[in-house]
Amino acid sequence: MTATLAASGLTVFRGDRCLFRDLDFALDAGELLLLEGRNGSGKSTLLRAILGLIDVDSGDVLWNGALVRDHRQAFHACVVWLAHRVGFKADLTLVENLRFEAALKSRARRDLQAVLERLDIDRLKRLPLRALSAGQQRRVALARMLLADAMLWMLDEPFTNLDREGRDLVLELVSEHLDAGGMCIMTAHQDVNLDVPMHRIQLQ
Amino acid sequence: MIDEQTPLPGIAQGMIAVTRRDLLQAWKRPGDVLNPLFFFAMVATLFPLAVGPSSEQLAFSGPGVLWVAALLATLLSLNGLFWSDFEDGSLEQLLVSPLPLPALALGKTIAHWLTSGLPLVLVSPVLAVTYRLPVAVTGILMLTLTLGTISLSLLGSVGAALTVGLHRGAALLSLLILPLAMPLLVFGARTVSFAAAGDATGAGIYFLAAYAVLALSLAPFATAAALRISIE
Repeated sequence: MTATLAASGLTVFRGDRCLFRDLDFALDAGELLLLEGRNGSGKSTLLRAILGLIDVDSGDVLWNGALVRDHRQAFHACVVWLAHRVGFKADLTLVENLRFEAALKSRARRDLQAVLERLDIDRLKRLPLRALSAGQQRRVALARMLLADAMLWMLDEPFTNLDREGRDLVLELVSEHLDAGGMCIMTAHQDVNLDVPMHRIQLQ
Repeated sequence: MIDEQTPLPGIAQGMIAVTRRDLLQAWKRPGDVLNPLFFFAMVATLFPLAVGPSSEQLAFSGPGVLWVAALLATLLSLNGLFWSDFEDGSLEQLLVSPLPLPALALGKTIAHWLTSGLPLVLVSPVLAVTYRLPVAVTGILMLTLTLGTISLSLLGSVGAALTVGLHRGAALLSLLILPLAMPLLVFGARTVSFAAAGDATGAGIYFLAAYAVLALSLAPFATAAALRISIE
């Protein structure tokens, strides 16, 4: 069975300001959804609305045809979310943080070492997170994303704090994920040059 | 239907993982644990200096002072229960985990009790000596404090979850929790006083135990709901 994510008529108000109205999209396995828009245009809010973290004023999000708000756990089991804040404990080491995350996920890849090497953070393993630079912490967040082995990646500004190499790596990872039949929703300021089936939503 | 192939992780496993992480965190930042404990010890040891060394007076006021100090020390520690998770974004990650949020909230509350309530209970016999409480009464003191701090951690987790998104939520948190904690203080301190006077203590202990069981069965769900509201 191939997975699908669909939204119909999504509307979210923040105070009396309408961030988006009657937004529809559908995403199939192997496809990328790119959310574009200025700062404050509601890209992150849309991601949070899809995740069910905020109540939408109207509209539905469907994961494989079932309402996400009624099947939140099953949906979250298939999702990994790379948020603005990395969400790690600064006092714990990289490995301790990732182990904890793995315990919360449905399934986790066991090749921690290979993932760390791929992301070039292998030598930082024993350091507490607070000793890492912002870009390095971002790479740890990418490691969490890879280890979670989830169907749907939701990436909020994944290029933040990353160097050119890191940005290329993100694009490479996304394209591999899509080739393997995964799905991805990404917010980005800059152009994303990827040769994959892509939808775009421009938020005002 | 939702894809059945992705199995949900075990609830107990997730809860234990949260507790373990918070304990590890506390181990690496002992200040957060020691602060309330220090407060408790200071209030309890300064009081006899202020009221004078008469052993009658001390034995009379001891249970009340120890209980008030323990209550305030716990309140002091509650503010940080969800704050650091909120600030670094790991709370959001907990909210999108496939595990039921009440279980994760309970995991955090257990860790909170182990790092705040339990140390208070363990230190209390030493402080009881300052008030010349007999050994039997000290046992009752520890028992009531154990039950009381469990309830306080659970109650407090609801309050902390409600106020986590607010700036300077500490005052509001105390206002929210104190009315609900009053019965604990009254029954806890009075039970110890009864024990000191040689009266029956069963009723008070049963009340505290019932309170703890009620809090244990309701608080995790209230905390989870409050977290969802706060994070929005």
